[in-house]
Amino acid sequence: MITAAAQASIMSPAPRLSALTWVNIFSRTLAIQGSWNYETLIGNGIGFCVEPALRMLPGGVKGPSFKTAMTRQSAYFNAHPYFASVAVGALARVELSGVPAPHIERFRTALTGPLGSVGDRLVWAGWLPFCSLIALTCFGLGMAPVPVLVTFLALYNAGHLALRVWGLHVGWTRGLGVASALGNPVLRQGPAHLARAAAATAGVAVPLTAARLLGHHVALLGVVLGAAAIAAVLLVRLQGRVEGYKVALVLIALFALVSVAR
Amino acid sequence: MRELLPLALLGGVLGIDLVTFPQMMFSRPLVAATLAGAFVGDAARGIFVGVMLELIALATLPFGASRYPEWSSAAVVGGAIAGTLHTEQAGALSIGVLAALATAWVGGMTLVQLRNWNAWLARRKRPALDAGSRGAVIGLQLAGLTSDFVRAALLTAVCYALLFPVTRATLGTWSFSEPLSRGFVVSIAAAVAGAAAWTIFHTARGARWYFAGGLLVGTLLLFVR
Repeated sequence: MITAAAQASIMSPAPRLSALTWVNIFSRTLAIQGSWNYETLIGNGIGFCVEPALRMLPGGVKGPSFKTAMTRQSAYFNAHPYFASVAVGALARVELSGVPAPHIERFRTALTGPLGSVGDRLVWAGWLPFCSLIALTCFGLGMAPVPVLVTFLALYNAGHLALRVWGLHVGWTRGLGVASALGNPVLRQGPAHLARAAAATAGVAVPLTAARLLGHHVALLGVVLGAAAIAAVLLVRLQGRVEGYKVALVLIALFALVSVAR
Repeated sequence: MRELLPLALLGGVLGIDLVTFPQMMFSRPLVAATLAGAFVGDAARGIFVGVMLELIALATLPFGASRYPEWSSAAVVGGAIAGTLHTEQAGALSIGVLAALATAWVGGMTLVQLRNWNAWLARRKRPALDAGSRGAVIGLQLAGLTSDFVRAALLTAVCYALLFPVTRATLGTWSFSEPLSRGFVVSIAAAVAGAAAWTIFHTARGARWYFAGGLLVGTLLLFVR
């Protein structure tokens, strides 16, 4: 439940931060997972990112307000690294708005779950495979190495950087009310749309990529894709019990051994 | 092995991109293997290894605290080995991919150790962190970044130094033909990619039809070209 004081902080105008402070915060969000560990996860990273904003608290970096806020913000926290910028913006805002400490702590705890799951579905299981498959399609269509890499990096990072900037902005402008931003249609329906787009792209990419990888031996394509389809079905059946890359490692190692030994 | 130091530095720079800074996906196998190939003078061979690894890496979803292979240093090792061998000899690409997969497996274990190391550093700094020390927070972040760079650079250097002579010797006694060697690895990479695509996307309504439609378009494009 949000008290009157907390509500007032949502409605009050945001404190002003200089452009340099914003650049500092944004560049730090790129390193938010710098000290990621199994105990505090990205907690220290959150403290690292909000620190430039906290310097504006009464008394500056030597004041008790700054030190208390740093302790609070460097504790355990979990979020998708890109969506953590939402938390960074919102937490900086509530700290500078003078929201009472117990509210900040409850708010910080409440942010943890949604910022992890939304980001995982949208980015790791959506945007990243989609961009990767687009790049593979470009390769399959015969593009040279540099255009393939530029296509992949430009496309992926357009989404990546926009997400981080949006996160900081929405966190800062909405403060305690940031939860409503996570109901944005892009975040709710985006993963399903991306999944369909990526599925279609996968269909295009796999045969084209396999054909180019085979090079002069493209006559083998039918056999290769047939074998791949059977093996893919087997892998899907083994889902959760074995990792694809380990299967690949073992099979290629055995293949190499037989090739050398015979 | 004059290329060892530049490759280790490349592995370090791309390795920190995977988790710590700035996650712009320079660490993806497609990018890392191509850059490594370019470093040793054969970007074209590097991208071939990178594409095979990228297909396999589609199955890796780096969710939260899950454990996953480390693709960046692995792709540098694989791309550099395939590029340095610089040969049309049968098995060169297969060996490059195998070296990368082995490095990815070991690299995943080093990531776990890095996270334990970061936790140990954080425990040591606990009193300062509890006192709200700005220096402790920034210091931990910088220590983590530096440790990750050193981890990835060392991993790249050690794996390349160990695997390159082995792969060269293996290639000398390789008996399978190039069509069989390449076809085998491409089949496996395509299978892992297909299974990954199904696992990731099948829950979306209609995704299987989108995949089938894409497959039709891809096949038509093959015939047209």
